Amino acid sequence: MSLIAHLARMEAVAAGRAQPLATVRHRRLAERPLVLVPLTTAGEAGAPLGALVGTDPEEPRLLVVPQPRDRELRFAFLAELAEEVLPYVDGFADAVEPVERKDSATGEKVRVELCLDAPQLIVPSRAGIEYVRLLGRSTRFRRTAEQDPDTPYPAPPRVPLLGRWLTHYGERARVPGSSLLLAATDLLNRHWATGQSSLEDQHLGALLAWIDPADGERGDRAAHRAELARDERGQLLCPPAGPATDPAFDNQLLAPAIEAYDRARQAVGAAEDGETADAALAGLHRAEREVRRLVVSQLKPTWDATWRALGLLRALPEGARVEDRWTRDRWSFTAHRDRIAAGEPPQPRRDDAVTAAAKLAAREQAQGQLDAQEALDDPLVLAGRRLSGEAFAAEVVEVVRAWTESKRPAPRPLLTVRTEDRPHLDPGAKVYRSLDGKPQSAEFVGREEDGSLVLRLLDRMGRSKEPAEGTVPEKGERIAWTLFEHDARVGPRLPDPEETPWTHGGPPRHADTAELPDAVTPEDLL
Amino acid sequence: MTVYDPAVLDPAAAAAKATAEILESTLRGTARGVVVDSPPGAGKSTLVVRAALELAAAGRPLMVVAQTNAQVDDLVLRLAEKEPDLEVGRLHSSDSDPYDRALDALEQVRKSAKAGDLAGLPVVVSTAAKWAHVKNVEPWAHAIVDEAYQMRSDALLAVAGLFERALFVGDPGQLDPFSVVGADQWAGLSYDPSASAVSTLLAHNPELPQHRLPVSWRLPASAAPLVSDAFYPYTPFRSGTGPGDRRLAFGVPSDGSAPDRVLDEAAESGWGLLELPARHTPRTDPEAVHAVALVVRRLLDRGGAAVSERSDAPVPLTADRIAVGTAHRDQAAAVRAALAALGVPGVTVDTANRLQGREYDVTVVLHPLSGRPDATAFHLETGRLCVLASRHRHACVVVCRAGVTDLLDEHPSTEPVQLGVTVKFPDGWEANHAVLSHLAEHRVRWTP
Repeated sequence: MSLIAHLARMEAVAAGRAQPLATVRHRRLAERPLVLVPLTTAGEAGAPLGALVGTDPEEPRLLVVPQPRDRELRFAFLAELAEEVLPYVDGFADAVEPVERKDSATGEKVRVELCLDAPQLIVPSRAGIEYVRLLGRSTRFRRTAEQDPDTPYPAPPRVPLLGRWLTHYGERARVPGSSLLLAATDLLNRHWATGQSSLEDQHLGALLAWIDPADGERGDRAAHRAELARDERGQLLCPPAGPATDPAFDNQLLAPAIEAYDRARQAVGAAEDGETADAALAGLHRAEREVRRLVVSQLKPTWDATWRALGLLRALPEGARVEDRWTRDRWSFTAHRDRIAAGEPPQPRRDDAVTAAAKLAAREQAQGQLDAQEALDDPLVLAGRRLSGEAFAAEVVEVVRAWTESKRPAPRPLLTVRTEDRPHLDPGAKVYRSLDGKPQSAEFVGREEDGSLVLRLLDRMGRSKEPAEGTVPEKGERIAWTLFEHDARVGPRLPDPEETPWTHGGPPRHADTAELPDAVTPEDLL
Repeated sequence: MTVYDPAVLDPAAAAAKATAEILESTLRGTARGVVVDSPPGAGKSTLVVRAALELAAAGRPLMVVAQTNAQVDDLVLRLAEKEPDLEVGRLHSSDSDPYDRALDALEQVRKSAKAGDLAGLPVVVSTAAKWAHVKNVEPWAHAIVDEAYQMRSDALLAVAGLFERALFVGDPGQLDPFSVVGADQWAGLSYDPSASAVSTLLAHNPELPQHRLPVSWRLPASAAPLVSDAFYPYTPFRSGTGPGDRRLAFGVPSDGSAPDRVLDEAAESGWGLLELPARHTPRTDPEAVHAVALVVRRLLDRGGAAVSERSDAPVPLTADRIAVGTAHRDQAAAVRAALAALGVPGVTVDTANRLQGREYDVTVVLHPLSGRPDATAFHLETGRLCVLASRHRHACVVVCRAGVTDLLDEHPSTEPVQLGVTVKFPDGWEANHAVLSHLAEHRVRWTP
């Protein structure tokens, strides 16, 4: 954590209220995001218990699995989830703009489609992102009856497709600065500092209590209550944002309700005549309603909190360079849409050596770009970089005209700038400023006796001997310089996967055979 | 595999035997790769130069991959010094000022930003980052990959297509490569792109011959056993010099202050611990930074003279033979500022990452855990402490707040265990304890 973030946290403790870490919003919030609040079953990896999903805060769709260990019910849940998610995703697939782009293989310009907008998925917490990934992993290899008539437990038709989209979103969420799949807690933590630990910051209720406490209440008290306060039956007033549920809820309320549901189902199976069957069926519906009531009691507060978080974030104006990053998200969405349309197999279980290296390189590049763009978009973020010696704001006190000593002299004016900041500059170090949104670089020449810095401007002054109008700062101008580059460098082209060298195990085997789901084991069956 | 053989008593003979075996496997072996582990100061650069010259003499087109431009320039200069007739190519980036200007004075060194211009030269040297951009060329018969443990697996992936066979040389005890973004999703895969190049290479080619250089010529007899035990417990090495071969003395006697006493202790025993009172501090702990600067200042003021196997007469200890090592860049900046305030120019102050591969007579180290309330994986990393504790030829003074042992006990390593990842021994926790318990015998308490 940076020094300025520490400072903000201490101020938050003193003030009893979260302090801003940003003056603009650094992530895209779509006009109509799809919020998904999932719950999982304790002790059963990847067994959903229920979810609220939808694009309208007033009308979420409730999905509940009354017996999470029942494979049929689980599939029904996933099919219903697909019914919500896929039409939303498909709604963005057809509105496109034509774009010219360089083909990476041939280097020639080709016209391609780029989706005008992309679907955005919001989950309450970081664990929710992990859960999206898990759902994707557990469903994308499933076979439907249409794909494979012999499969013993065919998945509902659209479930594998849902898995592929969730996998894509889960993977994209690992790219720094991307906004396709976001967690409300991450969003809030990016923009505000609370007076609690970063572990406690993962609690959506406590986080909102710090950022937006009720009238007159101190954030720390409100957060404490959100975390710990329980009603007379021992249930948390603010249930956790999931996907895990509170053990007290599991033991005292949920487990008995699921048992009652199981008994009701047995009674339906055991009913011998019409009358008892009707009664048993009514009992089953009652039992199911009870489970649904309980699940919604845990989901609804988180659903509301997530929308409240989005409301707080919408109050911040969007950073100038967020659009640029969102365009990359649109490319990512468009590319996956095209892969699905082309009938490509689902994402492999593991990346091969080349794909893994390419992803890592892309993410490092995205991280560098994100760090730079956030600082350029937001004076408060820049202040943090200035405090750590990675940037400085300075006033130009003198401009001396100078040129290179070549046959065709190019301008290399010397600037003397005065700053109160303490940048970590070595002689010859490069510094950058933003000139019309593009970086202009300068070289650090040395320090004057009075502590002011001498910089030599290096580029973006045009081709002629005299620098172009407006490209050289004037005396008295105040400019923010950064020691970091504004655009991350593009890494080298990696070999094709078929040309993976011997040091990395050679080309991957079975590159073209589609992966199958894991074989069914006795543990899979109830 | 070379084994540590105490029967070979003479360090020079042991080192020569290991070198001969390495050259034999490289020049006449059949394996596509040879891996050489080298502890700090064991003559890795000398080995690289020698292997390069012998491969060139055997008529095998050779590419050399180093990790930084400074390393590349240093290698080219060494090659030129050893074999002035050998034509060497220096492949460089197209940035301004891409290589050391000293290379311009050498006629036999051809410099270019295009690999095509250097085709046909017996040896071409460049950084891994630059090699990765070289495409569509005839592969080289042989490569030498220097500092291979600091090279990331994805960097090797980008260059491995350029050579048929390779010699990988590096120090497994130094800092592991890192990534600024999370790479957990690939942990446990043999080709995890964020792992070191050597771990990927050996995971896929376990049969490759592995050698070890057994003698550290840099570390004095007082330091080699500690560094070997703490950081290389299963691959021990020893110092090339014996006790008493290296001596450090001061012209000006001690004034009784804590910095002077810790310098006397370090001159006598090779190690000194200047312990400040326990306290939680910001990273740039002003008191500790001041103490570091004061120790350096006294070291110069007292007219230090070093006696070593390199010369018969004592050599004055000058600022360029002293380095200060820190964990973070802001700490280094703070020490630089403190030294400037005390009027001390010319002393190298840098982070562990940047001190890798460098050598000084005396080092002053700000302990990575000094004054911290917690011990994170970054601060516990074995390689960081190993680099800081193994840069010196004579003595090392560590400046630290009291209470680090308790801090360690309160913070056992909590990194999750990843399936398929080889657990590295020793872990930073254990290595830190080993070093601290040794330093405790050379403790001087700070008295303002």
